[in-house]
Amino acid sequence: MLRFFHQLGSPKHFYRIAGSWIPWLAAVCGLLMLYGLYQGMVVAPTDYQQGDSYRIMFIHVPSAWMSLFIYVVMAAAGAIGLIWHMKLAEVIAISSAPIGASFTFLALVTGSIWGKPMWGTWWVWDARLTSELILLFLYLGVMALYGAIDDKRTAARATAILAIVGVVNIPIIHYSVEWWNTLHQGPTVTKFGAPSIDIRMLIPLLVMAVAFKLFYLLVVLMRARVEVLERERNARWVRELVEAP
Amino acid sequence: MKAARKKRLYLILLIVTGVGVAAALALNAFNQNLMFFYSPSEVSAGKAPSDYPFRLGGLVTDGSVKRLANGLTTRFDVTDMDKTVSIEYTGILPDLFREGQGIVAHGKLRPDGVFVADEVLAKHDEKYMPPEVAAALKASHEKGVTEAARESGS
Amino acid sequence: MSGVQEFFHMGGYAVYVWSSYAIALVVLVANILVPVFQRRKLLARLARRQRRERRQP
Repeated sequence: MLRFFHQLGSPKHFYRIAGSWIPWLAAVCGLLMLYGLYQGMVVAPTDYQQGDSYRIMFIHVPSAWMSLFIYVVMAAAGAIGLIWHMKLAEVIAISSAPIGASFTFLALVTGSIWGKPMWGTWWVWDARLTSELILLFLYLGVMALYGAIDDKRTAARATAILAIVGVVNIPIIHYSVEWWNTLHQGPTVTKFGAPSIDIRMLIPLLVMAVAFKLFYLLVVLMRARVEVLERERNARWVRELVEAP
Repeated sequence: MKAARKKRLYLILLIVTGVGVAAALALNAFNQNLMFFYSPSEVSAGKAPSDYPFRLGGLVTDGSVKRLANGLTTRFDVTDMDKTVSIEYTGILPDLFREGQGIVAHGKLRPDGVFVADEVLAKHDEKYMPPEVAAALKASHEKGVTEAARESGS
Repeated sequence: MSGVQEFFHMGGYAVYVWSSYAIALVVLVANILVPVFQRRKLLARLARRQRRERRQP
């Protein structure tokens, strides 16, 4: 077990092991998404107030959860890279940023499309929506900063610090609907207490949440492999790999 | 852990705490500005601005929604279960607008205490259920209420 | 209305629901394709570089 993790830390073995995981992850993730969509679009009943428009939730809510989750992973990986100078953690951190930005964008856009018929507006500047928009800018800032510095290791350190500072926004997003009154409603699914949602609606929501987590794992591995190749382009194993792919 | 690593770890913890404290102080200072709307109680207590527009949020009181004579303006009351404020609004109401629903209106307070809205947004709750479950819940609630009334009457 | 029509109609919210799902599909597919093409491009670039180096040692 220990040897496995040690191997995972070496770029060559990481590239190989990640490569062998990718097809499996893709298959499981794809099947889960199809199952979740079937449950959400066909099996789940219509909502008593929102009609069928609530079905946007099966994308919106998992995306919003992922936008927070990926940010925490990115900042934690960045911190590990800073403290222990672990190259792979730097790679994971920077590979996470575009995926996190994608999910934040999806949460914002699908929320907006949901808001128009339900609330009566595409957008309001309440605490929840504003803090989620700041999260998108944080992700874009991390990506821009990494791209602006030529030396990859310096770039990784600078972006890690930006990511760590931005972590303060995460609890603000999460608790915004409780600390202040907002147009956005409070949480439905919480760790404590039974969720106030019908079980047939909850199942697709949770299936999609797991599928999105796997999707993140899949894409972060794919991106990390490219980043590892780029960084190790002068190493012998990469030269051999290029000769005989 | 090596000394250099420890130093870096403490430095990061210091940054996180520093930024966290600064953010908490700033958010606390701007607390009122981060509130999206005023409640009817705050409006009744005179805490809402009287000279410029603001947002007012609350539940639409049952049986209060009326069309005014011109046929375009809707008049209804919003409540926070403590105080109630009347709202007049001319325009299209969102799909979720109905009695008992949470709404947020943007507009100005008229001298006679009526809130004249130029925008009404519906705030949907965190409950999701099919219509038949909602109907069953409502029926069992009403049954519970009548039973309680009968018991207290006997 | 038949079941299939009803499904696509989404109780009158078809535009909102299906545009959300379409945008999500585009974003997710793009996330998969970008690293695939990046990797191909990088491998091709490295292969070119190595051929060049072999010709002029």
